[in-house]
Amino acid sequence: MTYGPNPWQQTHWDARAAGNFICGGCGAGLIAFAALAGAEGRALSGLMVAGLGLIAAGLFCVFLETGRPLRAMNVLINPRTSWMTREAFTAAVLFPVGVAIVLGAPHLALLAAALALAFVFCQSRMLRAAKGIPAWREPAIVPLIVATGLAEGAGWFLVGLPVHGIGGAPVLALFGVLVLVRVFVWLAYRRRVAATLARGAFDALEGAGRVLQVGGTLAPLALVALELLGVVPGPLAAPLAALAGLLAAAAGAYLKLVLVTRAGFNQGFAIPHLPVRGQPH
Amino acid sequence: MTRWAMVADLRRCVGCQTCTAACRHANATPPGVQWRRVLDMEFGTYPDVRRAFVPVGCQHCENPPCMDVCPSTATRKRDDGIVTIDYDLCIGCGYCAVACPYQARYKTQKALFAYGGAMQSEAKRHDDARLAVATKCTFCVDRIDAGLEKGLRPGVDPEATPACVNACISQALAFGDLDDPQSNVSQLLARTKHFRMHEELGTGPGFHYVWDSDAPRGTP
Repeated sequence: MTYGPNPWQQTHWDARAAGNFICGGCGAGLIAFAALAGAEGRALSGLMVAGLGLIAAGLFCVFLETGRPLRAMNVLINPRTSWMTREAFTAAVLFPVGVAIVLGAPHLALLAAALALAFVFCQSRMLRAAKGIPAWREPAIVPLIVATGLAEGAGWFLVGLPVHGIGGAPVLALFGVLVLVRVFVWLAYRRRVAATLARGAFDALEGAGRVLQVGGTLAPLALVALELLGVVPGPLAAPLAALAGLLAAAAGAYLKLVLVTRAGFNQGFAIPHLPVRGQPH
Repeated sequence: MTRWAMVADLRRCVGCQTCTAACRHANATPPGVQWRRVLDMEFGTYPDVRRAFVPVGCQHCENPPCMDVCPSTATRKRDDGIVTIDYDLCIGCGYCAVACPYQARYKTQKALFAYGGAMQSEAKRHDDARLAVATKCTFCVDRIDAGLEKGLRPGVDPEATPACVNACISQALAFGDLDDPQSNVSQLLARTKHFRMHEELGTGPGFHYVWDSDAPRGTP
């Protein structure tokens, strides 16, 4: 038994920090999915620009969060132990590779996908290393953040379907698999933290989890299933796929927002013994 | 080797917050920033109620998670166990603050003073370098280093001892070298029951809490 004040929501990282995990995850997932879906030519360039843009937006969110933004380059000093530094290094390699693809080196697409996966992995380890926050330091946060990043990226890929036109059954099936994997990883994470998180943190996650399960999983899977079964009229196929993608991406983003800004309870203070008073010492 | 550590005797602490005030005075921290604070904990329901006063702050951990996550190496650990922050390197990302399980770190975005504008004393000691970066208890490292240079013993000689320890009215706080078996803190821990907070996280805090005597009841 321990004694101590109840945990409370951390206030050091707010929606700006969440923005890095949301945009960075989406962007990395989009780049990876574009490579896996076999995008080529202008479509690959456009998807690469969109993915890099999202990652850049996420990093800009971090820039806004820092107290001393003019020293931002100091983020690169500690690759030995800091996952934030490693995230920055990965981005520093990913951006030139992405630009090279846009400028006409499509054979680098798989390398970009690997770097994007490394980027989102760094993000997951960043949260895992935050020992002060039980919901983040849980080891299952790593697959959760990676899986949400990939599913959101796949979602954004489908959002762009009316523009890039790369669809078809394999793409939709892969999207469905990623969304399913995400929800299973979420359920595993939820099971692990259910007994350990502070009530307020768990309640916040539960709400976001319901959104993820219904709006971010069941609804998009139903839409994709309709398309795969061929019951959707041709002109509606692309818009419905885009809707499915948007739902999956939005639900994942909401989960991350809640994870950082509402479920980020600290551990509070706890003492395992009360002082024994009134005794000679 | 030397391992500076602090011991809080919870049996002695009366929650007067003098250590907090002394720290504020010694380190010129702004309103809302308490590198040394004392928690007032109440447990149970009437009539079976217990109360404990628990001094907290940076635990100067053996394995500081704040140091591992710091992207700029602003947070470091000295050979003597004191965890420091280089204000000129820190980017104020707040990562260390969420990595710390002891809520010991602060970030003040803009200059704050007790009554709005800066009083003369506040203006004199205000330091822009500490704005928008992480700050925390330093174990009054400047006093320790200056004292050692003069041949003084931290934890014994007040001039070389953290301000909070000097100020404690009930000698609930003690400071000294854990690697020296004859030091005050080693001796105190040897004859008492004690614990460290959130031990299960593996941070190896340098802050120990005494809660009972090791001697059988009734032994003087």
